[in-house]
Amino acid sequence: MLVELTVNGRRRTAENVWAGESLLYVLRERLGLRGSKNACEQGECGSCSVYMDGGLVCACLVSAGQAHGAEVVTVEGLAEGGRLHPIQQAYVVEGAVQCGFCTPGLIIATHQLLSENPDPSDDEIREALAGNLCRCTGYEKIIDAVRLAALEMSVI
Amino acid sequence: MEYLRPRTWSDAVALKTEDPSVVPINGGTDLMVEINFARRRPPALLDLSRLDEMKGWEKRNGSVELGAGVTYTRIIEELSTELPALAIASRTVGSPQIRNRGTVGGNLATASPAGDAHPPLLAAGASVRAESMRGARDIPIGEFFTGPKQNALEPDELIRSVVIPAARGPRQFSKVGTRNAMVIAVVSFALSLDLEERRVGTGIGSAGPTPIEAVEAQAYLEQELEAGGNWDHRRRPAPEVGERFAEMAASAASPIDDVRGAASYRTHALRIMAGRTLGWAWDEVVERGGEGRRQCW
Repeated sequence: MLVELTVNGRRRTAENVWAGESLLYVLRERLGLRGSKNACEQGECGSCSVYMDGGLVCACLVSAGQAHGAEVVTVEGLAEGGRLHPIQQAYVVEGAVQCGFCTPGLIIATHQLLSENPDPSDDEIREALAGNLCRCTGYEKIIDAVRLAALEMSVI
Repeated sequence: MEYLRPRTWSDAVALKTEDPSVVPINGGTDLMVEINFARRRPPALLDLSRLDEMKGWEKRNGSVELGAGVTYTRIIEELSTELPALAIASRTVGSPQIRNRGTVGGNLATASPAGDAHPPLLAAGASVRAESMRGARDIPIGEFFTGPKQNALEPDELIRSVVIPAARGPRQFSKVGTRNAMVIAVVSFALSLDLEERRVGTGIGSAGPTPIEAVEAQAYLEQELEAGGNWDHRRRPAPEVGERFAEMAASAASPIDDVRGAASYRTHALRIMAGRTLGWAWDEVVERGGEGRRQCW
């Protein structure tokens, strides 16, 4: 089947998509956008988190056909003009990245949180990021990064 | 595998009738896992996620008709007054990503004994509206779950909505798991007190082959609240009534030992949860007591 969608503001087309395929497979293997990671394939880890029509979703659980006509934003769509998004910058500054596999999903989940709640409490940060697993950092640095990003973005 | 994209609800019903082997997909949070892991290869997917007819809810005659495609996120945001226990349960589902996609219709279709929506639906006395080309019917929730991951739907039927009496009193939900997120319930419990009809409703999850109603515990509590004048005076029932209710609720379950928990732990936890939810429910009754007896809950 043919799947047409908008990814990071660009119209994209994937041909010969198998009916059982996920949005994640389309993004990574057909459109070459490897920022969204493929890890658990069961919605547990959040590494494949993307925006679809404005909502945070696990791309591995969206069937490709459901993404037809949708507006998708991936981690590749956050930086502008070669400059890191303040959230990405905050993850770098706080050392919230070790192996980096969970980072794209966490960045997108953080983006979603801060766009709805620019000044989240620690509990709100934890709840918003509850669907994203990191096996390296122990989360403290990640939460530091979210706090820093919130601060930086409020200054902007 | 084929991919079917009906444009309307009636098209979807026609496609399911034409070939009952097609598998409906909405949020995909259960089905896509099975497809990703090559555990399931249905001949065709029937994509219901675009059907506006399933995405709404409406309050009519004291009940909420909840479209099968309404997500948990929307239930939390829009229905915490009318359906408080379902909203609490929805907040314990998965993660934000899962709640943005998962639906009560999908939960019912999967019919896992651990499904988070099921205990609140049992406690509230909901019914499932199923439809095929042969017509529509309402299946009482108590008759809906027929076995582990089995339900009373006929092969040609789709779930259109769930009709749930709106709260006329406190409703509570409790769930035990290893984390606050991304947890399949070890055991769960929902309680509903209908202050107008003077009825008690319960629902037990993850402690039997299907979600269960603790029928005898309900009858016992109704009787005690009547005899004690608690419905009338909105006074808290005596502690021993709560304890007996909790014991009876726990003994209604038939849990097994599995990877998520031991049967004995589940029974123990159920007793605690039944007692606690009754306490929370009665806290609400007492808090609102001064606002007048017949006030809209």
